[in-house]
Amino acid sequence: MPRIYLDANATTPLLPEVLEAMRPFLLEHFGNASSIHQEGQHARSAVERARASVARLLSCRPSEIVFTSGGTEGDNLAIFGSVRPGDHVITTSVEHHAVLHAVERLGDRGVDVDFLPVNRQGVVAPEDVRQALRPNTTLISVMMANNETGVLQPVKEIGQIAAEAGVRFHVDAVQAAGKLPLDVDTIGCHLLTISGHKMHAPQGTGALYVRRGTRLEPLFAGGAHERQRRAGTENVAGIVGLGKAAECALEGLGNALPEQMRVLRDRLEAALVQHAAGVNGGHAARVANTTNLCFEGLDGEALVIALDRKGLAVSSGAACSSGASEPSHVLEAMGLSTEQARSSLRFSLHRQTTEEEIAQAIELVSSQLERLRELSAVTVR
Amino acid sequence: MTNQENTIAVAMSGGVDSSTVAAMLKAEGHDLVGLTMQLWNQRRLAGKDGMPEQVQGRCCSIDDVYDARRVAEVLSIPYYVVNHQERFERDVIRPFVDEYLAGRTPIPCSLCNNHLKFDQLLMTARQIGAERIATGHYARNEYDPKRGRWILKRPADASKDQTYFLFGLTQEQLAHTLFPLGGFTKPEVRELARDYGLALANKPDSQEICFIPGGDYKRFIDAYLEEQGEAPPETAGELVTAGGEFRGKHDGVHNFTVGQRKGLGLASASALYVISIDRDTKQVTVGAEQELLRDSLRAQGLNWISIAGLIGEMRAQVKIRHRHEPAWATLRQTGVDEVEVQFDAPARAVTPGQAAVFYSADEVIGGGWIV
Repeated sequence: MPRIYLDANATTPLLPEVLEAMRPFLLEHFGNASSIHQEGQHARSAVERARASVARLLSCRPSEIVFTSGGTEGDNLAIFGSVRPGDHVITTSVEHHAVLHAVERLGDRGVDVDFLPVNRQGVVAPEDVRQALRPNTTLISVMMANNETGVLQPVKEIGQIAAEAGVRFHVDAVQAAGKLPLDVDTIGCHLLTISGHKMHAPQGTGALYVRRGTRLEPLFAGGAHERQRRAGTENVAGIVGLGKAAECALEGLGNALPEQMRVLRDRLEAALVQHAAGVNGGHAARVANTTNLCFEGLDGEALVIALDRKGLAVSSGAACSSGASEPSHVLEAMGLSTEQARSSLRFSLHRQTTEEEIAQAIELVSSQLERLRELSAVTVR
Repeated sequence: MTNQENTIAVAMSGGVDSSTVAAMLKAEGHDLVGLTMQLWNQRRLAGKDGMPEQVQGRCCSIDDVYDARRVAEVLSIPYYVVNHQERFERDVIRPFVDEYLAGRTPIPCSLCNNHLKFDQLLMTARQIGAERIATGHYARNEYDPKRGRWILKRPADASKDQTYFLFGLTQEQLAHTLFPLGGFTKPEVRELARDYGLALANKPDSQEICFIPGGDYKRFIDAYLEEQGEAPPETAGELVTAGGEFRGKHDGVHNFTVGQRKGLGLASASALYVISIDRDTKQVTVGAEQELLRDSLRAQGLNWISIAGLIGEMRAQVKIRHRHEPAWATLRQTGVDEVEVQFDAPARAVTPGQAAVFYSADEVIGGGWIV
């Protein structure tokens, strides 16, 4: 049986048309985009075309796009590039580690930091953001869609609060890009991170939107690339791939692709929730591709491995450095116990997921759940 | 295709022994899955209360996981790291700390075998679709149809014998476990590892307690309690002789183990040893070596392997610590879960917290914890 991949929030397969767009820039068009000669100029124009494509996806100007190596770099550039000693930063307790650990590090360096709680559904209250504001607040960083639950944060409302207070607003939109229409003006953010490989572009690509007039301290010392915001020779092929993937994403949004994904996701969820204690964040607004289910009493890690051996790729929790999984800080912040967090599994679909795959996945998961429940019934301590 | 009945989960630590087990079973054509248990985060107590800032840990270090993963890759077997840190802390670390604070000398390896390697790992193996596990322990197990029991036996390499740490294995666990190295000596295993082309054939053996790099357990206990936000219990007290004579003061009962000679901080014409530790009075009794001799001991928390239970008296050879020549003794049931071990000749340094393991020639009869 061919494998079924339902772990799109970890990474997505490269689209064939993305690979085709990249191929010439890995082979004959190898120029450095900063060079004066023809080879360089060819690379430069490809980079700028990609920049325009990414800008269309985010409804911004091409000059506001800074290419990065991915979501982690984008988040770090937005955060470390914005904050100085003596500042105050507001973020949430359910952010991706790229934001969470960056802000924690600022905290270690004497910056005031607040990690706002979320409700049982994983949603932060805009009012809490307002309450947390201080005279020295310089940055609010809130994710758009959560990587583990798909839950959406009220970024528009938070954007308004930030605007009223005159505070810079960063949005980690890594898990939203391609799944929702994105408009930086509607959100009202100054900075917004996307990652290539979460939207069918290659790993090691990404972009940070930087609103015109937003001063940003670069992370790297080096050349004047990316309007002095990101030193280092451009990853031309990767950037071309990201540009193509952005075009495909925009096209998919126009063709109701998220709605189709939602139908499949809901079918999977409806079938599996019968075996589960509940859907984590199930009552909140969510992106169309993600469902996170708590199979109480079962070891999520063992279930992931059992399913992997049967040909289905899903995930539980976050990976620690050894490759083992750790209980999700997101689920714990939502009030789940460590045991419940360890019993939770994330299924995330991508644009190539088919009806047949969902039907097979339902069958596979149901039979493994049944087997594991029988096992734990006889081996219970 | 994979068949649960025949799939074997190999416990892979990244060391020579378990890597060789994986290679052997692969060569025999078994369907395998490699598992490494992530049990402890070596960084957790780094820098706390005098613990080394840089850890060169043995067990569960990223380097060992890397080695195990490499072996699995070379053998092309599926491989997973499973996180059992919470259970390890609950069933091994916490009891380890509590035992020392109670004036006893624990054996974390036995606890780890009982709770993690042969309970949790077997359960995880079954959950992921493997009926049996294989480990790199030096021991042998076989089913004896006459007695209708699984028997645990000493390995071919007496110097690597690990049966002392395995006395807690149940019949169910023994029935689902393979010890492929039981018939080999360590040099033979290294030779096999080379034959199988394993790059780590010359990797040094691990010696110390895996979660205490450097082996300073006192520092570990202090650092752990500090991390837990617990004040170390007040266990400082007096060093006295058996006759009750005051000989000095000590900082805490967990600094001592029965039979210990070094680090007592006492000036004496003749050598002094720790004879006994009393947690309640916080007194550590010291004395001459012959005072360490005991005619008998009591053991609880029993597990029987070659027999279903003790009926009347039984002659056995008894081992009371890992590096101890088994001594002849008579076993006698003295409670529902207690036996008395009467030695033929007095035994030196009977240490509460250690295991008493009973042997009949090469077979493990069973064992219990010395109280």
